[in-house]
Amino acid sequence: MADYTIKVRRYQPESGKPAYWEEFGVELDPSLSVLDGLLQAKDRDDGSLAVRCSCRAAICGSCGMKINGQSGLGCQTQIGEAQELADKKAAAVGGAAEGNVITIEPMGNMPVIKDLVTDMESTHWTKIRRVTPWLLPYGEPPEREYIVEPESMVDITQSMACIQCGACVSSCLSMEVDPLFIGPAALAKAYRFVGDPRDAETTERLTDLAHDPHGIYDCTHCFSCVDACPKGVAPMDQIMRLRRKAGENGIEDPNSGHSHEMAFVKIIEKKGTLDESLLLQESFAPGVLGKLLPTKRAIKEMIGSLPTAVRGIKTGKMRSLPKLIPGVHHKLPGNAQDEVKAIYKHAEEHNEEFNLYIKGEEGDEEAAVEERLEPAAAPGGEEASNG
Amino acid sequence: MPSHDVLVIGAGLAGQRAALAAAEQGVSVGIVSKVHPVRSHSNAAQGGINAALNPDDTWESHAFDTVKGSDYLGDQDAIEIMAKEAPEEILHMEHLGVTFHRNAEGKLGTRAFGGASAARTYYVADITGQAIMHVLYEQLMKYSEQITRYEEWFSSSLAIDENGECCGVVTRNVADGSMELFQAKSVILATGGSGQIWKPTTNALICTGDGIAMAYRVGAKLMDMEMIQYHPTTLAGKGFLITEGARGEGALLLNKNGERFMEKYAPNKMELASRDVVSRAEQTEINEGRGFPDGTVALDITVVPKKRIHEALREIVLVGRDFAGVDITREPIHIKPGNHYTMGGVKTDVEGRTDIPGLYAAGEVACVSVHGGNRLGANSLLDTLIFGKHSGRDAAARALRTDWAKPSGKVLEDEQAMVDDINGREKGSGRRVSEIKLELGQTMDSKVAVFRDEAGITEALETVRRLKEEAKTAYIDDHGQVFNQDLMGAIELGYMLDCAECSCVAALERKESRGAQYRTDYPERNDEEWLKHIDLERTDEGPEISYSEVTITQWQPEARTY
Repeated sequence: MADYTIKVRRYQPESGKPAYWEEFGVELDPSLSVLDGLLQAKDRDDGSLAVRCSCRAAICGSCGMKINGQSGLGCQTQIGEAQELADKKAAAVGGAAEGNVITIEPMGNMPVIKDLVTDMESTHWTKIRRVTPWLLPYGEPPEREYIVEPESMVDITQSMACIQCGACVSSCLSMEVDPLFIGPAALAKAYRFVGDPRDAETTERLTDLAHDPHGIYDCTHCFSCVDACPKGVAPMDQIMRLRRKAGENGIEDPNSGHSHEMAFVKIIEKKGTLDESLLLQESFAPGVLGKLLPTKRAIKEMIGSLPTAVRGIKTGKMRSLPKLIPGVHHKLPGNAQDEVKAIYKHAEEHNEEFNLYIKGEEGDEEAAVEERLEPAAAPGGEEASNG
Repeated sequence: MPSHDVLVIGAGLAGQRAALAAAEQGVSVGIVSKVHPVRSHSNAAQGGINAALNPDDTWESHAFDTVKGSDYLGDQDAIEIMAKEAPEEILHMEHLGVTFHRNAEGKLGTRAFGGASAARTYYVADITGQAIMHVLYEQLMKYSEQITRYEEWFSSSLAIDENGECCGVVTRNVADGSMELFQAKSVILATGGSGQIWKPTTNALICTGDGIAMAYRVGAKLMDMEMIQYHPTTLAGKGFLITEGARGEGALLLNKNGERFMEKYAPNKMELASRDVVSRAEQTEINEGRGFPDGTVALDITVVPKKRIHEALREIVLVGRDFAGVDITREPIHIKPGNHYTMGGVKTDVEGRTDIPGLYAAGEVACVSVHGGNRLGANSLLDTLIFGKHSGRDAAARALRTDWAKPSGKVLEDEQAMVDDINGREKGSGRRVSEIKLELGQTMDSKVAVFRDEAGITEALETVRRLKEEAKTAYIDDHGQVFNQDLMGAIELGYMLDCAECSCVAALERKESRGAQYRTDYPERNDEEWLKHIDLERTDEGPEISYSEVTITQWQPEARTY
């Protein structure tokens, strides 16, 4: 047993008052959860403290919330760990190293209904429905089961493991900027169908998601959703799979998302570091690498981007102007570029999924790392990893 | 006033399946749930769903295993229907998009489960319930024109017309506190079990016996209420579930001396005997001093290959890591029997019809009875789907031939008065609702658990009756309209106490040991006197007891060994 102070961001809509913070003292074993702490406060002190919860075992997805600023499930976060994090955070900015309060807030990117209860319907569920979230099979079903690759079912089971808690939506930085972004949960749901060999509309789904300006290319690859997800769904990975499949399926690319990714890959392979003078042009429409031969479309798009560039310079977001001049970009020293190429070769030879249902996770690092590296198999691989 | 031909209350597997089955018949359907449908407790079902789908397997074998598992208290006509229709239902779920595990040939693959004579459990890793429920919810979204979803509406009482038929339900919009009478020609209860009466339990906080109590209060009979399953592998204290699938994959049960004690109790099936048998074995080891100091025995999953654990038992890896601090791939995890499942419930026939015309029940709220004295693992998901489907179809057929009816009394006004009464209680006028729930849970877990006797059950019943009185003055803090969980908690407490009283009365009445009911004062099964169901009907003095026959089609009771 230990004493904790939880500081809850409260909002009581019928009081006419704005949101406020309230502290509750709770006493429980450090291995119990933040949700247990909230329920103790509710049971003992104030029954009006609203929090959705049901299973207490990280399977129903009710208790998404922000704990010390981090989105997750209340039931899955041990209160002892939450205390350690609160202390670490406080110490990092010069505060006391212990005895800090654990802050608990409703999820982000959603309107708050009351205390920790958010309106998931208008945000999360509306986005889920956006991706046509049901199987669209080929005609009539077979007499018995669909015969499919065993791996394909394991593959999409990672997306099926999603419990729709909204923690990823809460943490999504892209959605903060673009509330219309379809978002990590709905796109992970989309992959569950795109990756399902029984679904007949793979191309249509990919086209839809690639053409939507708030679709798969709206993700900035920030990993917040991967951190927040309590079930290891890794929504960002699912988004990347959607992107890759869109590329593989030759989906037309009006948002230049796929070509932007390809531009990164090509430029690094050629130059080792990012030559920004080429990135924009290559992203809009691939020209001839290293030589300034922009296509008509790229020129048009780049002119269209000028106001953004000017704003970038004015606000100091773009600082190294010389780097935007073609041909100025430096090369890697010595044979470093060969090592970069070796990394590419290794990656291409190890084109496999990181699926938790296949690989396991942290507890299993050694095995996973061994499989990932296999240094002897790739010539130059070891050097590359040292360099 | 919203009205639907068929109104389903509860949106777990049984409710969603019932809604889809009713909608297929072309009637208008509403589905009401006090939580968002995907929060329903069906998602906690981990291990799988049984069906004799493999050409080498037979429905008769599945049915017999279920009959034997039930300790011959299950009704064999219902069990036959469930076993016969299981393969088609699994295929239907597969066609809708459930990502069932495949074997190397790409066909549906199985795992072994307790009490079964063949490996006939189909599964999605160890998230089978979740995977099926999310796929059914996909279908609800797909058919949103035929099926209206009322998500986060809390139902508090059934409406009965002047002919004694069910014609709707009073329900409260959780978001704004408004109360409505929902009119319907058929009402299907699919509200789940009553596990929260026990503490600890594997059941979610929402499993408060709502439908059982609502049906009981309008005069529907309850059946087999003494039959409460304790699951053999739950985490001590917290009550979290470790799937039977772990033992299905080969995990062992060991006492503190490292002995595989199931050899003594079930030499053939060992860890995969029926749940009542395994739970009693564990509790015996613990009671006789061969358990660990924390009142547990060990489940050793390390014997299962790691690759297989990650593919098939990933949820358990997470439960071990997050809730017990144990890496199950490296060390045994301490477990004990814990409250898990309500075999009893609202008495129904095989079409889900209760004693009240127009009122149906399906899933854990119902007692068909396919589980009798003890439910086999992976039969609960099957029960929800098969009898959800039957209820939905029959409720739709009834709706098509029935006229709209009005409640005989002022249900809405009565309900508002009940809410006003709770709201009007002064702070300190009585006990807190949470205190009463805690005392109830601890009492039931110590007196009406794996081993029972007359003195203990009597004590529990007295406690429950005292708590019922105390509940009348229990106060709440929240007097608002928006998301008033405090008020709903007080109403749920009433449901729980009604269910608890019935479980105690039935447990006291059954003077024998059968399935989950093990009476240390009557340790033998007594077919001559007790091969019958105990039915309970509400009166002002408490539940009135009557009996009904067990339906036997082809399997006469035999001695039950594993």
